[in-house]
Amino acid sequence: MNFWVELLISVLLLLGGVFVLVGSIGLIRLKDLYVRLHAPTKATTLGLGGILLGSMVYMSHQHGYLSIHELLITLFLVITAPVTAHILAKVALHHEVAMMKRTRNQHHVDTARSQLPPQEQSRDKD
Amino acid sequence: MSMNSRWLPMPIHSLLLLVVWLMLNGSLSPGHLILGSILAICIPLICAPLQVPQPKIARPYRAIRYILMVLGDIVVANIQVALLVVGPMRRINPGFVAVPLDLQDTLPITVLASTVTMTPGTVSCEVTEDRKWLYVHVLDMPGDEQEVVKHIKQRYEAAIKEIFAC
Repeated sequence: MNFWVELLISVLLLLGGVFVLVGSIGLIRLKDLYVRLHAPTKATTLGLGGILLGSMVYMSHQHGYLSIHELLITLFLVITAPVTAHILAKVALHHEVAMMKRTRNQHHVDTARSQLPPQEQSRDKD
Repeated sequence: MSMNSRWLPMPIHSLLLLVVWLMLNGSLSPGHLILGSILAICIPLICAPLQVPQPKIARPYRAIRYILMVLGDIVVANIQVALLVVGPMRRINPGFVAVPLDLQDTLPITVLASTVTMTPGTVSCEVTEDRKWLYVHVLDMPGDEQEVVKHIKQRYEAAIKEIFAC
């Protein structure tokens, strides 16, 4: 295989791997469920995107025609990741999952749980 | 015309199903064309009664521009979140905000909520029953929380409003 193609594939795979790793590190390091949601929804999208792009370049180069399976995987991922995050956040709201003490506007959780409009809390209260 | 809508109640979905089927199988052989067509006709026939009327995409060109913009933002989001995750934890100041919505239909709100989740520092948590507010969890809240609201409204909601012309 051409050196440059190999280089391109390696760079894409490494980039993807780094971002997936960062997403997993986030799962361990971050302190509460809401904050933790951010790591896998975002870091993993780009990570998988990189890996899939690498796979696409490799397959296209090997077989001589454009490989498009990977595009479909990306599409499914981009559709499902936000939905999963939304459902997880919703469940967390209902279970009153503990959150970091310095989380601001915690009063929003009470109204959000019952899908009610936010209540303006008076400034002097907090 | 009536034949058309009777056998193909959701023509765009049918086309999409056929294309995805062919892409999944990675072939254009007659067998897959026939099987794909059968699926593309049968599945919409079963699903059509479940349809909820949605606003049409009025400006497809804007939609493509919006997708490209969001893809760019996803890359930025990833790098930002990566830096926050690896850096010291005290730099993370989470918080909730309620974003007032101008959109009313479910599809545009879904698109907005998904975009908010995929883009820098925000995950959408819940929509109020009257569809007037979107609760968002912010990973790193700036001093003035209205900045986040303004950013979401100007950058994403305005664009979605233009796409669906509502």
